[in-house]
Amino acid sequence: MSHHPESKTLDANEAVARVAYLLSETIAIYPITPSSPMAESCDEWRSLEKPNLWGATPTIIEMQSEGGAAGAVHGMLQAGALSTTFTASQGLLLMIPAMFKIAGELLPFTMHVTARTIATHALSIFGDHSDVMACRSTGFAMLCSNSVQEAQDMAIIAHAASLRSRVPFLHFFDGFRTSHEVSKIELTSENQIRAMIDEGALAAHKARAMSPDHPSIRGTAQNPDAFFQAREACNSFYLALPGIVREEMERFAGLTGRKYSLFDYFGHPEAEQVIVVMGSGADVTHEYVAWALQKGDRIGVLKPRLYRPWHVADFAASLPPTVRHIAVLDRTKEPGAIGEPLKLDVIVALHEAAETGLLRQPLLPKVVGGRYGLSSKEFTPAMVRAVFENLSSKHPKNGFTIGINDDVTGTSLAWDEDFDIEPSSVSRAMFFGLGADGTVGANKNTIKIIGEETENYAQGYFVYDSKKSGSMTISHLRFGPQPIRSSYLIRKANFIACHQEQFLRKIDMLENAAPGAVFLLNTTSDPSRVWERMPTEARRHIREKGIRCYGIDAYRVATEAGMGGRINTIMQTCYFAISGVLPREEAIQKIKESIRKTYLKKGEEVVAKNCRAVDQTLEKLFTFPPLDPHVPEFPLDAPVPPAVPEFVQRVTATLLAGHGDRLPVSAFPPDGVWPSGTARWEKRNIAQQVPVWEPDICIQCNKCVFVCPHATIRAKFYDPQLLEAAPSTFKSTVFRSQDFPGKRYSLQVAVEDCTGCSLCVQVCPAKDKTNPRRKAINMQEQLPLRETERANWDFFLSIPESERAAARMEVKSSQFLQPLFEFSGACAGCGETPYLKLLTQLYGDRLIIANATGCSSIYGGNLPTTPYTTDASGRGPAWANSLFEDNAEFGLGIRLAVDHHTFEARRLLRGAAGRIGDDLISSLLDADQSTETGIQSQRERVAALKALLSNGSSLRSGPSDPGLRKLFDLSDFLVKKSVWIVGGDGWAYDIGFGGLDHVLSGAHDINVLVLDTQVYSNTGGQASKSTPLSAVAKFAASGKNLPRKDLGLMLMSYGHIYVASVAMGAKDGQTISAFHEAESYRGPSIIIAYSHCIAHGYSLSIGMEQQKLAVNTGFWPLYRFDPRRRRVGEEPLKLDSSKPSLPIGRFTENETRFRMLAGLQPAIYTELAATAQELVLRRFEALRNVSERSPSEAYKAEP
Amino acid sequence: MNFQTTYLGLKLKSPLIVGASPLGDKIESARELEAAGAGAIVLHSLFEEQIEMEERAVALHVNRHSESFAEALSYFPAPSRFEDLPDNYILHLGKLRDELGIPVIASLNGTTPGGWTSRAQLLEEAGANAIELNLYRIVTDCMETSAEAEKRAVEIVRQIRSSTSLPIAVKLSPFFTALPHFALELCHAGADGLVLFNRFYQPDIDVEQLEVSHSLNLSTSQELLLRLRWIAILRPALEGRWIAASGGAHSAMDCIKALMAGADVIQIVSALLLNGPSLLKKLHSEIANWMTEHEYESADQMRGCMSMARCPDPEAFERGNYMRVLQGWRS
Repeated sequence: MSHHPESKTLDANEAVARVAYLLSETIAIYPITPSSPMAESCDEWRSLEKPNLWGATPTIIEMQSEGGAAGAVHGMLQAGALSTTFTASQGLLLMIPAMFKIAGELLPFTMHVTARTIATHALSIFGDHSDVMACRSTGFAMLCSNSVQEAQDMAIIAHAASLRSRVPFLHFFDGFRTSHEVSKIELTSENQIRAMIDEGALAAHKARAMSPDHPSIRGTAQNPDAFFQAREACNSFYLALPGIVREEMERFAGLTGRKYSLFDYFGHPEAEQVIVVMGSGADVTHEYVAWALQKGDRIGVLKPRLYRPWHVADFAASLPPTVRHIAVLDRTKEPGAIGEPLKLDVIVALHEAAETGLLRQPLLPKVVGGRYGLSSKEFTPAMVRAVFENLSSKHPKNGFTIGINDDVTGTSLAWDEDFDIEPSSVSRAMFFGLGADGTVGANKNTIKIIGEETENYAQGYFVYDSKKSGSMTISHLRFGPQPIRSSYLIRKANFIACHQEQFLRKIDMLENAAPGAVFLLNTTSDPSRVWERMPTEARRHIREKGIRCYGIDAYRVATEAGMGGRINTIMQTCYFAISGVLPREEAIQKIKESIRKTYLKKGEEVVAKNCRAVDQTLEKLFTFPPLDPHVPEFPLDAPVPPAVPEFVQRVTATLLAGHGDRLPVSAFPPDGVWPSGTARWEKRNIAQQVPVWEPDICIQCNKCVFVCPHATIRAKFYDPQLLEAAPSTFKSTVFRSQDFPGKRYSLQVAVEDCTGCSLCVQVCPAKDKTNPRRKAINMQEQLPLRETERANWDFFLSIPESERAAARMEVKSSQFLQPLFEFSGACAGCGETPYLKLLTQLYGDRLIIANATGCSSIYGGNLPTTPYTTDASGRGPAWANSLFEDNAEFGLGIRLAVDHHTFEARRLLRGAAGRIGDDLISSLLDADQSTETGIQSQRERVAALKALLSNGSSLRSGPSDPGLRKLFDLSDFLVKKSVWIVGGDGWAYDIGFGGLDHVLSGAHDINVLVLDTQVYSNTGGQASKSTPLSAVAKFAASGKNLPRKDLGLMLMSYGHIYVASVAMGAKDGQTISAFHEAESYRGPSIIIAYSHCIAHGYSLSIGMEQQKLAVNTGFWPLYRFDPRRRRVGEEPLKLDSSKPSLPIGRFTENETRFRMLAGLQPAIYTELAATAQELVLRRFEALRNVSERSPSEAYKAEP
Repeated sequence: MNFQTTYLGLKLKSPLIVGASPLGDKIESARELEAAGAGAIVLHSLFEEQIEMEERAVALHVNRHSESFAEALSYFPAPSRFEDLPDNYILHLGKLRDELGIPVIASLNGTTPGGWTSRAQLLEEAGANAIELNLYRIVTDCMETSAEAEKRAVEIVRQIRSSTSLPIAVKLSPFFTALPHFALELCHAGADGLVLFNRFYQPDIDVEQLEVSHSLNLSTSQELLLRLRWIAILRPALEGRWIAASGGAHSAMDCIKALMAGADVIQIVSALLLNGPSLLKKLHSEIANWMTEHEYESADQMRGCMSMARCPDPEAFERGNYMRVLQGWRS
């Protein structure tokens, strides 16, 4: 076969998905980071009817969980299909039971895993091998890829070998570092892939399929007489497997020229020290070894490819006979084990080799093991050097860590951060951009241009922020004449671009510049004044490293060229023009060709517009003038204000400054328990425009406060004398309230925390009668307001919060309550967070939240800063995330524990009769805690109890009598606790539904809040069972062709569950009523809250308007099913929305998710839209019928 | 009765055609209109903003949040699919052409010269028999002169002309200072005919919400009078070009008047929205009856008989008529 490979620049997910799709007939999928793009690609190809290798379009099914996907795959395989699936981390764990079955039944199958950290003390979406290592005992063969190229190649080898051997394969590569790295690879052609498949083995697999035409029994239950022997019956398959993989690798080499072995050794033929490592770290080690060989070092790296089954002979044969010391690097941690798995395997393999005469070394090499790279922690050549240095020391450290500073148990090896071996022939560039400005997209395009149109190799890796709004992206691009093995971030860039000027003050980006580097700044500054924008640190780097600086006003060029605010083409042009990565003229030519390719379908005009922008860019690019020493200096912005708690200053501020890697182990809580309320210290200043209040127009409805997703606009009323200390610009007006005469009212915006979503302006009903364009809140530029409003905000915070007891269950009153969820990292205009904020306002001081993994756990609990906070007394929501799939059960467990503590406290209280006043006991036991006043009184009684119990001793130490001591400790549980189980629709409708159903079917007083965005928002908008008919979503690329699940109706059928459907933008009062009723109901309750989302594809500034349309069209009916109504002879279901008054199209026409199908498949859309219209009407009628029927017809149930 | 008519070079079986509206949006109703005797169908307008907005929608809503967050590098299936969307308008046009025997006229609506005008070529490729170009525009800028406004419109016509060989009819508003001259300019730039006139949707005011509200009112026969005057005036000047009356034709008598003023065709929308496709049959029958009664043998026979060139008192279309009508009120 000819060797003229097609080169392509892509990431490993795309490369592997292509192979898996070509080689599969049926695919079961479920979203989980970082594997989701593989499933998404397959679903998109299916929707385009792209054929597999045999000319058929694979059948793809999205399941309700990874467990479901594995189960479906098991069935597919038993029925004779070629199947695949993609997963990672928790998803892989959920597949383990089925994996044992699949392997036990010798079903040929390959799954592709983007190896990712398993959640322990914290969740992490990043890469390590803790998930795949948990699968060692499943019986799956495990094949590891170390790079994008290898991921493609090993995927093919895995499918081929599995088919022949009948042993299922787990093919894995590093999550993010490999799965998301864009790299130039040699694409294996379809013919080459076809040549790898053994049609005989395929036919045999088909022949073994379950069929009533030749029936069999599978999955029997076996007894002690049979099981053991039968279990051993598979041995020969495993014994044959390494040979088969070896043969497939050889066949592959024959077809493509790329050679692999079960264990690949690279290094000195007489090496004395060898590192054994798998994954992207192996490439880094390879890079170091190659460098050290030139110096004459006798070292090497051994890369196990086939990790299971481990082939002792090939392992032994691959190690040079001179090896004396081996360091095994594991990218996982097994607390309590003698060593991590790869190390143990190596030691056992060496011993077995010695015993069987396979050992080539005169003495058994000494082995030490170490951990590296957990959760994508950087692993660099400097660290590899430190590992080799450790090996060559007199007493090499065993059980070491590399890449961190373990100052607690002293495991870590030191390394030289400045050590750098990257050759000068590699061009290294870093780009600091804003999520929305197209920087990453432009860089991916640059990689394609260089990778596919020149002889150069290219690599791109992209680092994203943990926040979903105003987030920074850092692109790391490398280009060079040789294949690039540098699987780590760039530390010495010879080109750095700052696409957003504001980042200059936040991070020391030129710290990463190599001497003589080029710096490009997108600046609105006049060239003559550009130095005024450069902080001292940047100037120092420029001076000391001799950095050449260029500037461009990209936004101006974009505007003048008619390209709106898109600066990507302009900044890309600058890069090509000044980086020298390609000759300038050639580079510009290639950009224009790329523009033509991209935009030709949109017409010549668009192409011309973009090409014009390229030319204008070149004209407007300027070099910095010489630095005038008189330009005033200023330092980088401090990440947090000076007066913050010690932990925040020491840990959080370091994380915020981007220096988290420098924190030692001792800085971190060992059990994952972190302090609340850190988001308030991070002043992100991401909004260009912020709301400004006009007291003269305001009607004090507090609707703006209600809808604000980030709790950055707040209202207070207070005594006028407090204003004496107010800054001069602080705004105040007379409080319009009969209950609180003489008070003042203020609405204040935290402009440094605001995201500028403008939802508040959209919902503001008050207009200037003489100029209705002016509302009671209007958006204005943030920068001129920043200083004054910072002072005003600080003053506003000093005004006492209103009494909780004064609040009523309606919009205006509730919004004087302090939100205990503030400044989260959610998207600007998020539709979920206003509900959470309301929850904390209503019950925050006695609230416990069990939060399912998803958007709400990410903006709720992702470091560096978290939004749940405390009130002045130090009380606030206690929040925890367990997993995605078990959240309902987790929350129920919390409820049961709390109830037990309460029960115990009450029992002990009763037992303390005679020692404590009977009045206090009875008032504590009989307290009415149904109102805030009641709660407050109970808190006072508990305080009195504690004082009594402490009997003169300090409250902290409490009483010395063990019984009373226990009562003292539990006494806070005498105050009612509100337990809420929170999650999205992916959890509630799909993966967690079984648990949710079970938890709600009981009688316990738990509350569930479903933040229903109708897709898996956090992982990028995959369809859930809440996704509506005709909406396009990932995994429903052809549009959802069936209606959504009616979760509310299903749960109402139990009869004893409080069920509410709310949409705060449509009827805010109804939302508050639902929260109040759910919380007060002494049984299970669920609120299904419609939440607009960026995955719906429209500007979220009109999110609340869309919610109104959702309700008015009947798309989202509002109701409250309260079992208590039966007590008063009413039907439990109360319909809160009227009969649909608008056609559903009025709602759907505004959202891209629906419009997309209208564009893609108009005929299907028309049909589905008609069905959707019919459905909403039918559903409304069904609800109305239930709400109007006689109560006697309903099952009378109430806990 | 011989209703045969030529409009924009197209042979029509009747001068009564369906004006730009949603009436042609469904194949079924288009078939009914054809069966009821429609001479042609003008599709609803494809707006410049729509063409450009759809293109921008990808960047605006599909790509806007992409590449920002590690777990979700995008929020929709690959945008490339969205960018390659088949143009629904064009698809629909193609289907109508397959289904109908009468000409289908595509309608473009825009106000600025630019890339969108190249869409005319795609409409031609999709099988449109002609293009109706609707230059709906309200000049609100104090600095823009009437000459500039006209120049801009002429430039759009020129661009459309250069992108298609189809006949082009330009739909105008009546609010031009020197309409006859402007009409000729448009014809010189490539227009084959004029559609008189556009009906501006009139914004209303919601006094409760202090908002501008949008209402769509159907036309009345009263609105036809303005059309009659200008068709009569322009008819002699536009020798060899076609004129369509649009707005206010509800009855057989309205249609007869429009023909007499010089219209080649009469576009009907409001009356069809009110009465359904069967109205066309009724109108044809009533017109035929009237013509028989008045011994007209064909529509051509009466077309333009009351234009300014042929009517007994041409000044009636000028200032003189104005004075006479005012005097008439007094008497």
